[in-house]
Amino acid sequence: MTTTPEPDDFLEIGGTRLQSRLFVGTGKFGDDALIPAVCEASGAQVITMALRRVDLDAGPANLMGHIPAHMVRLPNTSGARTADEAVRIARLARAMGCGHWIKIEVVADSRHLLPDGYATARATETLAREGFVVLPYMNPDLYVARSLADAGAAAVMPLGAPIGTNRGLRTREMIAVLIEDLALPVIVDAGIGRPSQACEAMEMGAAACLVNTAIATAADPVGMARAFGRAVAAGREAFLSGPGAVRARASASSPLTGFLGQDGGRAPQEVAP
Amino acid sequence: MTLTVNGSTRPLPRPANVAALLRDCGLDPAVVVVERNGTIVPGADYAATPLEPGDTLEILSFVGGG
Repeated sequence: MTTTPEPDDFLEIGGTRLQSRLFVGTGKFGDDALIPAVCEASGAQVITMALRRVDLDAGPANLMGHIPAHMVRLPNTSGARTADEAVRIARLARAMGCGHWIKIEVVADSRHLLPDGYATARATETLAREGFVVLPYMNPDLYVARSLADAGAAAVMPLGAPIGTNRGLRTREMIAVLIEDLALPVIVDAGIGRPSQACEAMEMGAAACLVNTAIATAADPVGMARAFGRAVAAGREAFLSGPGAVRARASASSPLTGFLGQDGGRAPQEVAP
Repeated sequence: MTLTVNGSTRPLPRPANVAALLRDCGLDPAVVVVERNGTIVPGADYAATPLEPGDTLEILSFVGGG
């Protein structure tokens, strides 16, 4: 395999060392039985899920039965419209006995599904104080990000594009600001539709990417999961390797001297300054 | 002598406790979480948590999500 990460390169969140920098979601799969193979192919070590009322006629879904034992469970607070609702859902999720990580999602606008940064910061503060490892989903806004850091977030999760759109890193410049400014890991969540976009986020210095829709709605989710795992690892290795400078003008990759039939070692024509 | 469970009216189970309610609903206690009148009921306390007429219960489980 060419995707083996550097042995000493890991992402530490809430005291857990992660070798994989791809987080995967469990929504929208045509068949939840694909989830174990998606986990295996992607190499992901963190997986998200949501909490909902049981349909008393149908019984509970068997989602957790499909999640490999070694995965870190990252329940989300989707459905919360206020900070109090997010706190309530987080406490219920923890009572399920699947750990104390929580992805805070407070969305009051059902049309755009954009997160409420102020309510998210309030919920983060409460839950961090209660010992949760809090990963808030957010708009990539510098001041909201600093509020979340001050509130005790373990990482921030800015959106690349609106949830479920597969439109890629539309917020690229603002995510770059967060990466440059924050001491916390920046995990790009939402909107990533292609492995190349996840790779780009990692090249920029993102700590990880969370991908759900792009994998779950692919024609071959397992193949797409493998592609995302490789892309995230490649982007990380590129970031660690220090990408070369971007130039406005051409700069030859091959020597401009020593051409055949040339006099005195001079280039055949002057190179523009 | 009824409860509100996940927004619907249900008869009080016999005996009137959370464990009996889950049994009546055909639910495995290990894969759900229960809130009674806004307070989480710890899994170990299902049998010891009495239910009274008019109680409001929420029974939840994990589903796919991002």
